[in-house]
Amino acid sequence: MIADQGTPRRIGAVILRHWYLIAGSWPRFLDLTYWPMVQMILWGFIQTFLSRQSSYFAQAGGILLGGVMLWDVLFRGQIGLAISFFEEVYSRNLGHLLATPLRIGEYITALTIVSAIRTFVGLFPATLAAIWFFGFSLYSLGLSLGVFFFSLIAFGWSIGLFVAGLVLRYGLGAESFAWAVIFALAPLCGVYYPTTILPNWVQAVSAIVPASYIFNGMRAILVDHIVRLDFMLIAAGLNVVWFALGIASFLIFHTQARDRGMLLQLGE
Amino acid sequence: MDAIIQSEPNRNEGARSVAIRVDALTKRYRDIVAVDSISFAVDTGSFTALLGGNGAGKTTTIAMLLGLVRPTAGRIEVLGKDIAHSAKEVLAQMNFQSPYADLPRRLTVRQNLAIYARLYAVAHPRERIELLAKELDLKALLDRPLGELSAGQRTRAGLAKAFINRPALVLLDEPTASLDPDTADWVRAFLSRYASEANATFLIASHNMLEVERLCDCVLMMREGLIVDRGSPEALIEKYGRKTLEEVFLDVARKGARKEEART
Repeated sequence: MIADQGTPRRIGAVILRHWYLIAGSWPRFLDLTYWPMVQMILWGFIQTFLSRQSSYFAQAGGILLGGVMLWDVLFRGQIGLAISFFEEVYSRNLGHLLATPLRIGEYITALTIVSAIRTFVGLFPATLAAIWFFGFSLYSLGLSLGVFFFSLIAFGWSIGLFVAGLVLRYGLGAESFAWAVIFALAPLCGVYYPTTILPNWVQAVSAIVPASYIFNGMRAILVDHIVRLDFMLIAAGLNVVWFALGIASFLIFHTQARDRGMLLQLGE
Repeated sequence: MDAIIQSEPNRNEGARSVAIRVDALTKRYRDIVAVDSISFAVDTGSFTALLGGNGAGKTTTIAMLLGLVRPTAGRIEVLGKDIAHSAKEVLAQMNFQSPYADLPRRLTVRQNLAIYARLYAVAHPRERIELLAKELDLKALLDRPLGELSAGQRTRAGLAKAFINRPALVLLDEPTASLDPDTADWVRAFLSRYASEANATFLIASHNMLEVERLCDCVLMMREGLIVDRGSPEALIEKYGRKTLEEVFLDVARKGARKEEART
C-alpha cells in the first residue's frame, strides 16, 4: 500500500460507513453483544458445575470462561472483518467503493479496525458480566491479555481476509465459509483443553496455528501462574505469516474478480 | 451501411484536448469476446453516448474505464494519464453512476454523501452536500434512509454521489432510466449546466435515444463488442437515411441479429 496524505481520511470514511450502520440500528448493536453474553453465561455455569466435580477445574478457576471469551476474540475478529466486507456486497456498494481513490491496502486496514471495534463492543460487556456473575475477571491475565487479544484478533483477520477474498471471487455462494472455516480450526486451537491431548499428527498441525499457543499460554497463567513469553513470540511469528497469507489471498482473489468482471456483479 | 466499421481512433485530434483515449481495448471472458479491440477518443467538455443493445459491451467498457474490470489487452488514457499505472490518481477526478452499483440503503442520503465526500477529499463537504441536494431536489430526503426512497429518488441520490467530487469526467449508465419524464428532463438540464460550468466530459450509456439526441455531441454505436459506427446524432441519422436516432439504433441492432441468424 502506498500511503499518502489522504490515507487516514479514506480509512476513516470506511470506518464511518460501518459506524453509521451499527449506531443506526439497535438490533445490529444488540447482535454484537448478545452472543458473547450468552456464551459467557453458558460456559460460566459449566465451569461452576465442573469446579464442584473436579479438583483441576476447582484449582484453575476461569479456564473455561477465559477460553470462551478469548475464543470469541478470534471468532468475532474473523467474522467482524468478513461481515463488514459482506455488507458492501449485500448493498452492492463495492463497485462504488473500489472506483474511488480508496486503495485496497486502505480498505483492508479499515476492515481490520472495524473488526476490532466490533469485537471490543461485543465482548466488553461480557467480560464485565463475567466478573459480576461468576467472579472471574479476564483482566486478571494482566498485560498478557493485551498480547492474547491482539494475537487472536490478528489470526481472525487472516482467516477473515481469506473468506472475504473467496466471496469476492466466487460470489455470495461462498459466504457460508465465513461461518464454517473458523470452527474447523477450533479443535486445533485447544480452546478448552491442552493441545498435548491431541493425536501426534494433529499436534503437528496445531503447532502452526497461532491461537493454540495463546490458549496454552492462557492456561499456563491461570493454572501454573507462569507467563509463557515463548508462546507469545511463536504466536506473533506465526501471525505474521498467516496475516501475509491472508492479504495475499485477498489480493489474488481481487485480481481474479477484476479479470472476471465480478466487481460490478456481486450482490444479492 | 453493410460492413461493420472497424474501430479506429480519431487521427485528427490535432491540438484539441482529449479526456478519454482508448486504444485497441479488448476484454475476453474465456471464449467470449465482450469488447473487441475498440479504439476511440472523447473530447474534453463533450457529451459522448455509448449506444448498443444488451451485451454490446457498453457496461464492460465503462467498467474498464473505472478500473473495475481488467482489460485483456489495450490501453486506456483518462485525463492524460494511463489508467493502468495511475488509476487512483485519475479516479479522484472521475465519478460514475450505474444500475449495477447501489449505495447502502440503511444509511441516509446525507450519510452516504458524507462518506463519499471523505473518500474523494471534498473540501467543505457540508456545503457541497447542501448544494447538490438543492440542485437535485433532495433537500427533504437528506435525512431519510436510502431504502425508504422510491427508485427515482434513489437515482437522484446516486447522481448526487456521482457529482460529489466535482468530477472532470462523469460516466453514467442509464442516468434517467427510472425517472418520470419531468424529473428526467430537469436532470438532463442539470447535466448540461454542470458540463458547461465545469467543462466536464460525459460518457453516457443509454437506451433513451431522445436523451442522447438532446445531450450528446457524439455517438459510438456498439454491437457484439465492436464500435460499428460513430458520429454526431444528426450525422448518423442522415447517414442511415432515417428520421430519428432510435431508427438508426434499430437498424444497427437488427443487422447484428440478422447476421447471427445467417450464421446459425
